[in-house]
Amino acid sequence: MSTTKQPSALIKTEVLYTGLFIVGLIAPFAVYPTFLMKLFCFALFASAFNLLLGFAGLLSFGHAAFLGTAGYICGLMVRDMGVTPEVGIIAGTAAAGLLGWLFGVLAIRRTGIYFAMITLALAQMVYFIVLQVKATGGEDGLQGVPRGHLFGLIDMSDNVAMYYLVYAVFSIGFFIIYRTIHSPFGQILKAIRENEPRAISLGYDVNKFKLMAFVISASLAGLAGATKTLVFQLASLSDVHWHMSGEVVLMTLLGGLGTILGPAVGSATIVTLQNELADKVGSWVTVIMGLIFVVCVLAFRRGIVGEIQALIQRAGIR
Amino acid sequence: MEIFGVPSALLGSQLLIGLINGSFYAILSLGLAIIFGLLNIINFAHGAQYMMGAFIAWLALTKFNVNYWVALIAAPLLVGLFGVILERTMLRKLYKLDHLYGLLLTFGLALIIEGVFRDQFGISGESYEVPDALAGGINLGFMFLPIYRAWVIVASLTVCFGTWFMIEKTRLGAYLRAGTENSQIVQALGINVPLLITFTYGYGVALAAFAGVLAAPVFQVNPLMGSNLIIVVFAVVVIGGMGSILGSIVTGIGLGLIEGLTRVFYPEASAVVVFVIMVIVLLVRPAGLFGKA
Repeated sequence: MSTTKQPSALIKTEVLYTGLFIVGLIAPFAVYPTFLMKLFCFALFASAFNLLLGFAGLLSFGHAAFLGTAGYICGLMVRDMGVTPEVGIIAGTAAAGLLGWLFGVLAIRRTGIYFAMITLALAQMVYFIVLQVKATGGEDGLQGVPRGHLFGLIDMSDNVAMYYLVYAVFSIGFFIIYRTIHSPFGQILKAIRENEPRAISLGYDVNKFKLMAFVISASLAGLAGATKTLVFQLASLSDVHWHMSGEVVLMTLLGGLGTILGPAVGSATIVTLQNELADKVGSWVTVIMGLIFVVCVLAFRRGIVGEIQALIQRAGIR
Repeated sequence: MEIFGVPSALLGSQLLIGLINGSFYAILSLGLAIIFGLLNIINFAHGAQYMMGAFIAWLALTKFNVNYWVALIAAPLLVGLFGVILERTMLRKLYKLDHLYGLLLTFGLALIIEGVFRDQFGISGESYEVPDALAGGINLGFMFLPIYRAWVIVASLTVCFGTWFMIEKTRLGAYLRAGTENSQIVQALGINVPLLITFTYGYGVALAAFAGVLAAPVFQVNPLMGSNLIIVVFAVVVIGGMGSILGSIVTGIGLGLIEGLTRVFYPEASAVVVFVIMVIVLLVRPAGLFGKA
């Protein structure tokens, strides 16, 4: 693990984040806002997932359940109960957090591969429930969700206004993740990831920390899902499907497991790829995603950001 | 004739489907357990390999006029060979890493296999005729028993118990069990463990393909048939635990029957009943019914 950073490195990091933040502020004037909104939703989703896998070492193969559930709850409340978008987002996030608590309580009873299989199976159960319940619209999904007026004042049907809401949501979510990782709580998560028996012997209630991490991760995945529903005015079955759970693993892996910016970079890459490829290769998109998976696991385990960090470190040593 | 207010023919046919599903759960979870025992990876591509078995049988019949019985032998061999190649070229590189990488790699492989088949054959599904020798059925008085369905149950149980016999009673099986306990010591005793690992993966994969061929005339041959099944099988594995071969078989068949009963008495829950049982087992006995804590 990296040791305490030099003051100059800290300043560099701050400059980097400030720079990125400003780029995000002016981006909608250069790039199609809907594409950017999709990108930020997935970047938040993947960052939330990475909090769990990259920093607590828990592989959840069911994160689509949180994204999807929050999306449906938010969509239903905004469309059928007429609440304002921010209330919908908060409700969706809370629902995902609650579901995350349920999943967490069950899944942390086992570790490693079993943990992954349990989360996958639970998410599949959520998928079937969503498929069968009438309120969700079954195969058609939840259509025609209005974006409404933020705080009852600002019309969100304007894409630029919506973009800044998404950007604010992403920034808040990302800041929460950043703070969580750099808090004593985050350090304990890393200790559990590196050596669980040792963390237990040091007196930490390991399961409590794992559950906390799971709930935070699920809530933030839900935050992304609820926001995504408002952006596309649609919650669909594909949001709760296991393909989505796999996609978020891929985004994180490609960008760099356990790095802070990695998941965002990975999801930007995957979303761009999907956008570019969708009309050119049709159903081969799945094959390409699978190939990227295989290449990442076999030869590129540090991911994009991980490789860049390794390069910088090597250069620094010389 | 009625049992609990349900016509016996309906109850019987649903239990039969449950038994068939259960046989598939048993073969597939058995394959997963054997692979996990020696390789320490969960083979996510298991569903895709099951689907490959079904498709090879279908292609053999429609394109090359090769009959069911040949396909029943050839498809597992071909898919098993495919598994051997995967193990030799890719999985081998991951044994020293975290077990999760094996899951991720095989997930990627599953996506590739499924994507290729989807591109070639679409998702509508193809039907496979029941072979002549097994066509028709017998009237048992309380229900009608299609011969092919009875054959599926007999064949899969035979393969399951054959596998159990091989692992528990033969020398090869003894190596395998020893390798599962401690592969380094087995290697030190002069047994070719890498070869044993390759063989084990190939065999586990071949089991999946065998189940696929059996399934071809019962279900539609469809590129997605495997992934829908494999997640349920994962739940079955969590419920049974991967510690015991007989445990996998019993759990698989038991859950298939419970699913069948649910379809009779409360159809809405039939898709989720296995997952609900998984939740209960996790609460009561987290290590699984046959697992070692």
